[in-house]
Amino acid sequence: MLEVQLYDIAHSRAGDKGNRSNISLIPYDPAHYALLAEQVTEARVLALFAHRGATSCTRYDLPLLHAFNFIIDDALEGGVNGSLNLDGHGKAASSRLLTLTVTVP
Amino acid sequence: MFLVGNGAGFSGDRVDAPIPVVRSLIQRCLPAALFFETLGERTVALAQLERRRDPELGFEPMLERLLEPILADCFHYGIPILGNFGAANPPAAARCIAALARRLGLPELRIATVTGDDVAGHIDLATLPIHEADSNLRADAAKLVAANAYIGAGPLVEALRGGAHVVVAGRTSDPALAIAPLIAHYGWAFDDWAMLAVGAAAGHLLECGSQVCGGVFWDPGRKDIPDPANIGFPIAEVSENGALTITKPEDTGGLVDLRTVKEQLLYELHDPAAYITPDVVLDITGCTLEQLGPDRVAVRGLAGRPAPAMLKVTACFEGSWLGEGEVSVAGPNALARAKATADVLLQRLTMRGLRVRPRVDLIGVASVHDSDDGALWRAYAGPAPEDIRIRLAVEGEHRDDCDQAAREVLAMLCCGPAGTGGARWRVTPRILTRSYLVPREMVPTTVTIRSAREMN
Repeated sequence: MLEVQLYDIAHSRAGDKGNRSNISLIPYDPAHYALLAEQVTEARVLALFAHRGATSCTRYDLPLLHAFNFIIDDALEGGVNGSLNLDGHGKAASSRLLTLTVTVP
Repeated sequence: MFLVGNGAGFSGDRVDAPIPVVRSLIQRCLPAALFFETLGERTVALAQLERRRDPELGFEPMLERLLEPILADCFHYGIPILGNFGAANPPAAARCIAALARRLGLPELRIATVTGDDVAGHIDLATLPIHEADSNLRADAAKLVAANAYIGAGPLVEALRGGAHVVVAGRTSDPALAIAPLIAHYGWAFDDWAMLAVGAAAGHLLECGSQVCGGVFWDPGRKDIPDPANIGFPIAEVSENGALTITKPEDTGGLVDLRTVKEQLLYELHDPAAYITPDVVLDITGCTLEQLGPDRVAVRGLAGRPAPAMLKVTACFEGSWLGEGEVSVAGPNALARAKATADVLLQRLTMRGLRVRPRVDLIGVASVHDSDDGALWRAYAGPAPEDIRIRLAVEGEHRDDCDQAAREVLAMLCCGPAGTGGARWRVTPRILTRSYLVPREMVPTTVTIRSAREMN
């Protein structure tokens, strides 16, 4: 077993709607879909954005596309209209998701 | 087969992007349309402010630059152009295009102006159910800047059937710009949910321009793409029975593969079973992709459900003020000097009693991933960076307080730690938004078609 960053086995894109962040997670190898489903839980992703005040996380699974869609509420400190962050849309949030580690065989 | 090309994914996109797309549409000798998506959620409010300043402004500022290289070709080869580049002032955008057409020797170019999306003053927002809102907005007290309904494909189809070469709209749903030419070409019914779902998916995949062709995807050494300075903008091939393939012009950079299409398919989608547009509710949970060849991806298994009874109206209000200031430090002990600068700036705001909410970033240590209280840079324990930009951002109700706060950063040029340089500061007004749901019959639209000659 080997611990790796998500960045090594998956890619991601982030978008927004108001104060809600929307981040995809897509394994390069569809064979990794199951281990991501098991290890990249809503709770772990929520914890990654807790310092910014995120309140809840929902994961939508797309087994046919081998992809996940995470919706994180209140992750953008007000969103593009209210945020003081340079990246008000949270487009760079995808890179933060990819810092999570997972265990691969 | 019908081709839908995209020439822009936002206001600010590469202005030369449409040229290879149009060249490709012409070379392929198939019926085709080209659309421009240049209207973000708040762009219309900024455009409305421009229009107040000058009644002939308030549309996409790059409009002429985007259309000039391609307008004659699109006219001669029968490729209609659609765009929400009318922003807050579609009639003025149409006049701009008419003047361009006359200058290019195209006086017979027919321009359709679609209006009705601007509902400010027509609908009492206070009576509508609220869909989404900025939490710090007090809409009863705030000044309304703009209120626009996301209109669907209907009036765009009417414009195309009326023989328009260019369709100028304000706020439309993004996918409607792709759905409309498909309906106009194939005669799909407005309740053919399966076909409209294909059109909505095509529009969704294309609406951000290069993003489905390697834009905001490429990552050197990890996700490389050819020639990122020259990414081709996307083209959707759509058959009468709804077969959809995403591709791009041959002589361009970027790439279209399963990875780029998946990223864009999920982009800002939220619930994959219910992507709501004014024309259809798209469900991609059964979607599958197949790489058919280089830069060609088939998109299958899309499902559609009936269009919602209500349209979304986004209202923009005058918000507070944003003040920003930045300085840099570098070299040995830069991190300690940057942290000290941050703390001193916050101390100065308190000392002077400025009525602002502050945040400090240490760019080069932690910024875009950080929180307003700087949790990441304050806890930072990694190797000491030797080039750090300190950014103060404040928000407040009073412009002068925000300005004074930003100028505290400027003052660090002389009062700050050793080797402080590169000050920049500015104050800008903020826009707040709230969206409502409105019965679609409360948003009548008007389509006016005139030739460039008639608009002289």
